[in-house]
Amino acid sequence: MAREVWTQGPFERGGFRIPPIGRPPTATLRAIVFGLLGLMLLLTSYYQVEPAEVGVVQRFGRFVRTTDPGPHLKMPFGVETVTKVPVQRQLNMEFGFRTTRPGIRSEFAPPNRETIGESVMLTGDLNVAVVEWIVQYRIKDPKAYLFNVRDVPETFRLMSEAAVRQIVGDHSVDEVITIGREEIARQSKEELQRLCDFYGVGIEVQQLVLQDVNPPDPVKPAFNDVNQAIQEKERAINEAWAEYNQAVPKAKGEAEQAVRSAEGYALERENNALGDAQRFDAVYEEYRKAPAVTRKRLYLETMRELIPKLGRKVILDEKARGVLPLLSLEGERKEVKP
Amino acid sequence: MRALYLVAAVAVLALLSFSTYTVQETEQAIVVQFGRPVGGLVSEPGLHFKLPLVQTVHPFDKRWLEYDGDANEIPTKDKKFIWVDTYARWRIKDPLRFFQAVRDERGAQLRLDGIIDGETRNAVASYDLIELVRSSNREFQLTEDLAGIGAGEAAVKILTGRSKVAQIILDKAAKITPEFGIELVDVRFKRINYTDSVQQTVFQRMISERKRIAERSRSEGQGKAAEIRGQKERDMLAASSVGYKNAQALKGAADAKATAIYARAYGRDPEFYQFLKAMETLNGAFSQGTTAILTTESELLKYLKNDAGR
Repeated sequence: MAREVWTQGPFERGGFRIPPIGRPPTATLRAIVFGLLGLMLLLTSYYQVEPAEVGVVQRFGRFVRTTDPGPHLKMPFGVETVTKVPVQRQLNMEFGFRTTRPGIRSEFAPPNRETIGESVMLTGDLNVAVVEWIVQYRIKDPKAYLFNVRDVPETFRLMSEAAVRQIVGDHSVDEVITIGREEIARQSKEELQRLCDFYGVGIEVQQLVLQDVNPPDPVKPAFNDVNQAIQEKERAINEAWAEYNQAVPKAKGEAEQAVRSAEGYALERENNALGDAQRFDAVYEEYRKAPAVTRKRLYLETMRELIPKLGRKVILDEKARGVLPLLSLEGERKEVKP
Repeated sequence: MRALYLVAAVAVLALLSFSTYTVQETEQAIVVQFGRPVGGLVSEPGLHFKLPLVQTVHPFDKRWLEYDGDANEIPTKDKKFIWVDTYARWRIKDPLRFFQAVRDERGAQLRLDGIIDGETRNAVASYDLIELVRSSNREFQLTEDLAGIGAGEAAVKILTGRSKVAQIILDKAAKITPEFGIELVDVRFKRINYTDSVQQTVFQRMISERKRIAERSRSEGQGKAAEIRGQKERDMLAASSVGYKNAQALKGAADAKATAIYARAYGRDPEFYQFLKAMETLNGAFSQGTTAILTTESELLKYLKNDAGR
């Protein structure tokens, strides 16, 4: 059956018949062949190197030269091949995160197994830190970049991970998260460059910058609590100092005030003494000249001043001694009061 | 005649293409004739000739090649379970032996898996975890607030360290690989991580450590504040007492000076001074409410009796 279907196919009916082609003139054919050859020659021998690139030319696979940006010619038909390497361009590699759309507000891919795997690492105090970083690099030797190591970008990735982990492994988690960041980035960069030179990948590491460095999520609240506690400590100390600063200068001022007023007292006391002494001296000088008279005069003057000040005055005479019992001082007084 | 030329040209081209081969800058090759290698290693890149049809060319990569092992769960010497992820770089040093022993790169990867895994296990199991993490004995820098954290780990002396352990793995594995025509050029720890269960306990430890620090920080704050308050009391009392002391000293000195002055002046005639002072005192001693009983015997009032005062 099948065969019958097969034999009834269109081939059986039509047969293998090639439609006759009109034989073109030899000259035209030759022109077409040479034209095509010429076009191929041109296409396979011309190439252009973009700015920021160099062309690495190989003849039969063997490296022969590098060429600078601009239009160039090479041997045609695959005898020479060219590989363009962007030597001037700064290349960027991200670890622990991925930028999906760079811009003023860059967008980042949500963390996934790959990025988490890159960023989680052990610190020197056997704690765990989540470190994100970037590496910026440049191909400084295109020949080395192409010919020494296979799959340089992937190799470079591994080297970067190994280098950063080695350096982070020699720092405590607190150094990694806070004070040691720059030092770690610097040492990691050095280690990575050392590895690059050792592998001969022809890469110059320009920058290695730590990005977000955090404790792992479950531990984060505890780390934050420490920061808060440190703040609280500082606040308590500051408040105490504020109280101190409020009270102690005031006390010092008051003490100073007491001293100053004592100085005033001293001056006053001394001057008063000097004044009194001078006065006495002066009076005494005169008194010495006529003591008896002066004495009497002073006495009488005092009395004159004194007696008017007294309220009630009772004058007794020796001969009138009998009066005394009759005098009621109390009654007299009441009489005086209005 | 013309067709003959054409056939001859095609034949020459075919012969040429069968009897030449290129070796890339990244390649090396061996030539095999009836299954037997001839002519040694071709490591010069460029155009080369061979016998057509009877000789076949086997190119091999000359570059450093990848090896990225799977992460293995391995216990360290101090019985901590960790994931160890190593990577290595290797190259085909002896293509002939490589070709005979493992044939191609896939075969090589298989062998490398076995060798590097084994050596990694051996090495990891014979060191404490800290030796695999740290590279040197550098001391951790801590801010004052965090003093005392991780002190146990900081005190451990690192005898070997991460890079040297990797070097040991490399050295041991590199002794085995030459039999496959392979030179192992580098082995490195890519990642070392805790296994999940260990990680949980580590997190718990980290949390308790932080709590300890936080509590210490708080109580330090309170302690320091109390100290400052005490200092405040002290400084206040010091200031006021010194002030009092100085004031009293000044007053005392002034009193002494005044006393000296009075003594010198009044000492010239103490009796007269007494008299003067008595007069002065009497003058100020009485007020309006005073009742005075005077007698005519007194110096003044005696004249009340008569002009003679007797």
